[in-house]
Amino acid sequence: MARLDFSFLKKIANVQKWLENFGDAFLGFLEDTGGIVVLFWKTIVMTVSKTPRWYSTLEQSFKIGVLSLPLVMLTSLFTGMVLCLQSAYQLRIFAAEQFTADLVALSVTRELGPVLTAMMVAGRVGASMAAELGTMKVTEQIDALDSLATNPIHFLVVPRFIATVSMLFLLTIYADLIGMLGGFLVAVFKLGISQYIYINRSFSALVMKDIYTGLIKSVVFGVIISIVGCYYGFKARGGAEGVGHATTMAVVVSFILIIVFDTFFTALFYFVF
Amino acid sequence: MIEIIELNKFFNQHHVLRGVNLKIETGETMVIIGRSGCGKSVLLKHIIGLMKPDSGKILIDGVNISEIDEAEVNHFRTQIGMLFQGAALFDSHTVRENVGFSLYEHTHLAAQEIDSRVREKLRLVGLSGIEDLMPAELSGGMKKRVGLARAICTDPKIILYDEPTTGLDPIMADAINELIIRMQKRLQVTSIAVTHDMSSAYKIGTRIAMLYDGKIVALGTPDEIRQTNDPLVKQFITGSARGPITAEETQKYSVVADQNETSV
Repeated sequence: MARLDFSFLKKIANVQKWLENFGDAFLGFLEDTGGIVVLFWKTIVMTVSKTPRWYSTLEQSFKIGVLSLPLVMLTSLFTGMVLCLQSAYQLRIFAAEQFTADLVALSVTRELGPVLTAMMVAGRVGASMAAELGTMKVTEQIDALDSLATNPIHFLVVPRFIATVSMLFLLTIYADLIGMLGGFLVAVFKLGISQYIYINRSFSALVMKDIYTGLIKSVVFGVIISIVGCYYGFKARGGAEGVGHATTMAVVVSFILIIVFDTFFTALFYFVF
Repeated sequence: MIEIIELNKFFNQHHVLRGVNLKIETGETMVIIGRSGCGKSVLLKHIIGLMKPDSGKILIDGVNISEIDEAEVNHFRTQIGMLFQGAALFDSHTVRENVGFSLYEHTHLAAQEIDSRVREKLRLVGLSGIEDLMPAELSGGMKKRVGLARAICTDPKIILYDEPTTGLDPIMADAINELIIRMQKRLQVTSIAVTHDMSSAYKIGTRIAMLYDGKIVALGTPDEIRQTNDPLVKQFITGSARGPITAEETQKYSVVADQNETSV
């Protein structure tokens, strides 16, 4: 009689292990989604129910807005330039180079301005929020706030929330302008398109809808960056490694959510409005 | 009076507190001793409402603090001071802002008034002229004392100490002990201190309770604890590696130490 083969049991064990890991990951995903939504809700309630700490909000606005200006300027200037070159390269085939202006203006205000600015700010500000709040969490400073009868959401999250949303809104307007300037510089000085035509075409191509859809997106991205950054900060545990993990998660999750919500809103504006 | 009744707490599958019962009379200093990671800090955090029990109650002057809403909890918290293990000073604030935090946040006192109170509390913990320093510029022992000054700044009726003498040199540790005794004698403060420093426990405690395996296994005055015949307590207070408590426990509970709940 042949020996019984029990190796299939091992395979089953492997499948079970895999399912367990998958289940854990899925539960983690649900926990984080729920946690982020709950924190968002609590922040909204706290923002409207209690006077925000204006001094702290101003401080955060400076850190988030003013200190991001150089970075946002560089990114949008170069993006505008590259966009102009790339579209001119394509449009040249049809001898339609003057349409470069339309293309740059629309792409920048509708898409690249809000998304790239949000990504820059998520990398710079979302990460630092998670690191700062994470350090406060693991050194019990958040507990200390609670023990001193101070609500950590009101004290820490609300100022960051208001500052990020309002500053990202303004930074996006700034990025739109700088991006178009980048395109203008390349078109006029490198491609030889008349500056009068370029400016004229840029503004005639744009309608209010292009600008405000971009700005609506920027508000959503501001919410995502601040809430996700604060959520992972609050969730940090276990010392330096935990803070590092929180920072990584804040940036990665912000990026993913920005892309997902960008697609969602683009589709919404395209099909509905 | 603080009453802890059948308190149970789980972290995932770890059953950390397994039905803790303890009554702390007004004006006494209760010292809770136990090994690192046995749930002492967790117990303290329940008393100030930073953690919610899975079952059981904590009554402060008859009010169950895990069942009242945030505004009422905060009202209680203004009467409770807590010294954290690592001091937990706010990094981005000066010593003055740290010590006077509650006064800045919850009172309408003038800046000079707050300033003089801050200086008074700092003098009480043996520190003067450091109001404008940042926490990063202080030594570990100084941080702890600033943390203590912050805890007593609003003249609370209850003070919770999480390892008040750990990390201090013996002389400073004794100065902190003296301070705790003085607070209790002079202001009739109810104190709960969590520690594994036995000399501190004997000195400051009016009673000592030992937490082991999630339960209070011994309770008595310092003298009673010193003369106990209970092998568990005896092993702990003499600091022996041999006895009913084995080194394996450390591994069993080391996981637990990091499992702090998020406070939001």
